[in-house]
Amino acid sequence: MSGRAAHRAIDAVWRIESAKLIARLATMVRDVGLAEDLAQDALLIALERWPETGIPDNPGAWLMTTAKRRAIDLLRRNKLRDRKYEEYGRASPLFTEDDVETETGEIGDELLRLIFATCHPSLSREARVALTLRLLGGLTTDEIAHAYLVPEPTVAQRIVRAKKTLSASGVKLDVPEGKELEERLSSVLEVVYLMYNEGYSATAGGSWIRPTLCQEALRLGRMLAEVAPREPEVHGLVALMEIQSSRFKTRVGPSGEPILLMDQNRALWDRLLIRRGLAALERARSLGRPLGPYALQAAIAACHAQALTPGDTDWARIAALYEALSRAAPSPVVELNRAVAIAMAFGPAIGLQIVDQLADEPALKGYYLLPSVRGDLLAKLGRMEEARAAFERAASMTQNLREQDLMRRRAAECAARDAGDKDGSPRETV
Amino acid sequence: MRFMMIVKGTSDSEAGVMPSEELVAAMQRYNEELAKAGVLVAADGLHPTSSAIRISYPEAGGKPKITDGPFTEAKEIIAGFTMIEVKSKEEAVEWALRMPDPHGYGEGQIELRQIFDMSDLTQDPEMLAKEQALREQLEGPRRT
Repeated sequence: MSGRAAHRAIDAVWRIESAKLIARLATMVRDVGLAEDLAQDALLIALERWPETGIPDNPGAWLMTTAKRRAIDLLRRNKLRDRKYEEYGRASPLFTEDDVETETGEIGDELLRLIFATCHPSLSREARVALTLRLLGGLTTDEIAHAYLVPEPTVAQRIVRAKKTLSASGVKLDVPEGKELEERLSSVLEVVYLMYNEGYSATAGGSWIRPTLCQEALRLGRMLAEVAPREPEVHGLVALMEIQSSRFKTRVGPSGEPILLMDQNRALWDRLLIRRGLAALERARSLGRPLGPYALQAAIAACHAQALTPGDTDWARIAALYEALSRAAPSPVVELNRAVAIAMAFGPAIGLQIVDQLADEPALKGYYLLPSVRGDLLAKLGRMEEARAAFERAASMTQNLREQDLMRRRAAECAARDAGDKDGSPRETV
Repeated sequence: MRFMMIVKGTSDSEAGVMPSEELVAAMQRYNEELAKAGVLVAADGLHPTSSAIRISYPEAGGKPKITDGPFTEAKEIIAGFTMIEVKSKEEAVEWALRMPDPHGYGEGQIELRQIFDMSDLTQDPEMLAKEQALREQLEGPRRT
């Protein structure tokens, strides 16, 4: 095996093994940062040896044995232990040799404990996302920096600090129960969805989709669904991401411009992902608890996925789901979406009434989709001059170049149609 | 990127001989491992070709010819597949190496094939232009 090929193969093994390795080690040494260090040590040794010896038959077990040996070395060399102890500012006592030799439990539980730690509410959102991508996704700091368009040292810093915070605050590696479970789980789901959204609707720059983040988030979600199968919102989030991902290839046009849901070519939607999404939604429903915000959003996405043409969309059902969503997770943005659904189901005039009630909502100040929706409804009512003004306003409120273009184009269309009306030439109906 | 791990048929799978309990358990463990890693997308097994139908076009532009199974060349036959979504070809190879020997008796064979994935191609202008052309063909000219 050439050096390069060997490294790529080792990368692949690392990708598969690292989360399990770190999760298991973290249970043993009761410290996430130390667990990662030990795992990294084992990786370095593998990178040294495997190009010569070839990859062992059971690379996961090899890495585990090597990391355990490092853990015991660490214990026996007091000096190093004390240094590590200080480095992490640990609140809890160090592990013992017995801990390292103890038979470990189910890997699913260990992974779950690890993700509950990397998404711990004591960490900032950025730190949670970076640490989760690193420890559970097996991504390098460089890959994370690239995905988030930030300098590599920034990400490295975030991760180091996050690990220290976890050690210093004595965060236990556990699966919380009862009320705490709900809160901690929602922090985990938030991290996964933030990751997904960052990839799906890139907020900065000219690109609309950053696939790495979406794929990582989807992978983490699918993993969570296996290790926490009794939690409806986990399946709800997976369903939402699967269905949104089914539209990847139809979301962007030839020159990178966005194509809106109603204009997408549904024949190109990924049926496999839609099927997976519907199955995940069914799993969420079958648990028999009221649907939470993720499952409700997934149910809305499912309505679109099941409509073969835009005309088949069940807007009344979507409006009802938005209403349920606004009760489960009240937000002006949800209200705005409900207005759109109501307009589609019962006519633009009723929709416009709701939108205008939202005009003074402080949370929507600077939210470009508010004037954009308003423009759309006004255009449908034939009020072209007002519609044009609304789209212009929307264009001035977004930083994304693609969105700006789209808003300006719509404003220009309204202006042209307004002029057309005045000429007395026939108007195309919407 | 997505890969399909194709398990080839053997004389046993073609004869409808059920795999041993041991193999079934090993396969189940393997699928669980794939699922827990978040890489499993789909997996299914196929009936033997004794119930299969083959449609062929012996002459270009001519009528299709229908042949009933079973078909003889076991190595050409697909017995089942597992679809995974991974980060690299090497990762797919690593997973495929971990799949249990599907049939034993020296006949087991797994073929790894990459699936065309449009999301890989959304940045490629030539590909996007082709997609656009296809879209126009399917929908007719776009309304302005």
